[in-house]
Amino acid sequence: MFHDAIDYLRRLASLCLKEFLAVLKDPANRVILVVPVLFQTLLFGYGATFDLNDVPYAVVDQSHGEQSTRLLARLDGTGVFHRVATLRSPAQIADAIDSGKALLVLHFAADFDSRLGSQGGAPLQVILDGRNSTTAGNAAAQINAVVAQFNASLPGAARAPVSVVARAWFNPNLETRWNILPGLIASLSMIQVMMLAALSVASEREQGTFDQLLVTPFTPGQIMVGKALPSIAIGLVQSALVLLMSLYWFGIPMAGSLAALAAGLLLFTIAIVGVGLSISAVSATMQQAMLYTFVLLVPLVLLSGLATPVGNMPRIFQLATYANPLRFAIDLVRRVYLEGAPLGQVWHDFIPLVCVAVLTLPLAAWLFRHRLV
Amino acid sequence: MTAASGHGGLRDFRRRLFALILKEFRQLLRDRSNLLIGVGLPIVLILIFGYGLSLDVRDARVVVAQEDASPAASDLVASLSGSPYLIVDVVRSHAQARRRMDAHKADAMLYLPSDFARRAAAGDAQVQLLLHGGDPTRAAAIQAYVGAAVALAGYKQLDRQGAAAQAEGVTVVDRMWFNTANNSTWYLVPGLIVLIMTLVGTFLTALVMAREWERGTLEALFVTPVHPAEVLLAKIVPYFLVGLAGLAMCLAAARLLFGVPIHGSLLVLLFASMLYMVVALGIGLLISAFTKNQFLASQIALLTSFLPAMMLSGFVFDLRNVPQAVRVAGHLLPATYFMELVKTLFLAGTYWPLVLKNCAILAAYAAGLLALARMVTRKRLD
Repeated sequence: MFHDAIDYLRRLASLCLKEFLAVLKDPANRVILVVPVLFQTLLFGYGATFDLNDVPYAVVDQSHGEQSTRLLARLDGTGVFHRVATLRSPAQIADAIDSGKALLVLHFAADFDSRLGSQGGAPLQVILDGRNSTTAGNAAAQINAVVAQFNASLPGAARAPVSVVARAWFNPNLETRWNILPGLIASLSMIQVMMLAALSVASEREQGTFDQLLVTPFTPGQIMVGKALPSIAIGLVQSALVLLMSLYWFGIPMAGSLAALAAGLLLFTIAIVGVGLSISAVSATMQQAMLYTFVLLVPLVLLSGLATPVGNMPRIFQLATYANPLRFAIDLVRRVYLEGAPLGQVWHDFIPLVCVAVLTLPLAAWLFRHRLV
Repeated sequence: MTAASGHGGLRDFRRRLFALILKEFRQLLRDRSNLLIGVGLPIVLILIFGYGLSLDVRDARVVVAQEDASPAASDLVASLSGSPYLIVDVVRSHAQARRRMDAHKADAMLYLPSDFARRAAAGDAQVQLLLHGGDPTRAAAIQAYVGAAVALAGYKQLDRQGAAAQAEGVTVVDRMWFNTANNSTWYLVPGLIVLIMTLVGTFLTALVMAREWERGTLEALFVTPVHPAEVLLAKIVPYFLVGLAGLAMCLAAARLLFGVPIHGSLLVLLFASMLYMVVALGIGLLISAFTKNQFLASQIALLTSFLPAMMLSGFVFDLRNVPQAVRVAGHLLPATYFMELVKTLFLAGTYWPLVLKNCAILAAYAAGLLALARMVTRKRLD
């Protein structure tokens, strides 16, 4: 009995070793499993941001007055707005916007100063380049904030009786990066891990060595474990790399416990490997395995809440995300990392992950011998 | 080639090319997984980007802890409920609201303390707004919506108190050109053209060609009397057409499903798309020729073309917001220029200075990449 167990483990260990070697023996593979993760973390960490911090603008000032100059000075003082052109007439507005040189044009009418003085109010026209309406909307909000401050400084300004004091939990400056990087800890490793797992069986099928494996004394369950472990290990190493970058390169403080994070990521990686192996078992060639994986990965990543919040989606898409393990992994990592949530608060994120793992892993093992194609 | 054989040479060239293209087409159509990427995935992308993803916040759940039952406080709550973007829920105590926030059952919490009405009458009431910073874009938008609703309620109250007519100061009248609906779908769907062409041109082509290198079937073709250039051309043509089919799908979806206007010239858009398709194919061919390995080719194609086209071309994330180094990297990508072109042609119209500049850049990339691909393929024969 005891001997059997030892024997079992020894066989499993040798199978795992073989799978590890199969993945890591190629130096190009070793590079492709580490470098892209680091590269993408940098790229997305810096590139994926909705925080507006540079707004080139142009001005048509037909009033040439004191108030418009004061307002512009206030705008320049934000450090976000910088003037790229001073237009002489409204006819030039179209060119400034069309060419993309200015994101917005401020138009002060000739009577701006006099109306502000005599009637106490004057309109300021702002023309925005809506080709990216999100950026344009952010810029409009910032202009409104600057103008509100300006109005408050006017003599006899109406004072709002109620003011809002806003405080954001866990991310005081509302930086996009604090949202993206914890999300990347789960999603970056998923991309390669699912592909690796999907290729592991398909490549042996294509080379004809999988049939040899099937006639050995290994059970399909053992083969499945042997195929799964290296992918899981590689996925966890990749997640750890992104975590380290997030902590030490980008300096985003972690509030929660490492153990909770590790438990969540382990379960998530197991679920993803299960999906990958199932794909692998139904594909006849490597190419098919890769294409199927890719076709699955794209909606999984897009509908995970990584870049656009799940809450903005229409109801039916929100329902569809319940089948997406990445959505729950990202939610879990964000809550543990940013909010310091203990396992007791995020346990519900584990349920879908367990479901996926319990469904896909036995399915993959079964498919090894019962091929559909 | 001498002048005498010139004509026959051309006819032979066409005959051989036609036969090869036919072969490639059959090969492409035989494997369902190819069609999945070439046709299925574009449809999925159009549906997800068109209907699913949005950067426009809606249905934000705001829980109001209203510890003050005065009319002033109720007016404020009514003003909040009037916002089409917010779902307002009122509870009686701070603790109750706080519990909902902790459980993520609310996106934001507004606290109206019991002395709210008294202080509002005195003109110095403060209401506290708590937000979940884990989702900063959503939090910022909710903050703006709540702020606007609170300000509106405040001014209404001033009006009612019959406060002396006060100076209103400068009012901002903003006009958003090109996207009057202020709807992110309008720029996401045109941008998809770039994404789908990159997918077909670079990812699919690199993968399929790498497989041929890996299995040595390309060498088998090279020992036949066909020229390497003919082999390349025949490989390119089917994917080129699949890419254009993706363009047609995007155009149809934009126009018919999402009502995105196409202000620019369709002809220019078609021309620019063909140019970009050649660029994407060139990159795909190069990647496959350098790696000659399916896994590597797919990873490199993802990393150097698809992901950057999604993240760095100004598709979702505006290049104006990123650090200088990332912006420079973005401007090395052909996808960035095509993205600019597509968005301008769709939403703004045919603005010639930009069209000519970006087309010239794309043409230069196309010529350079094709020459390089040709060179790499020939070297292989030596």
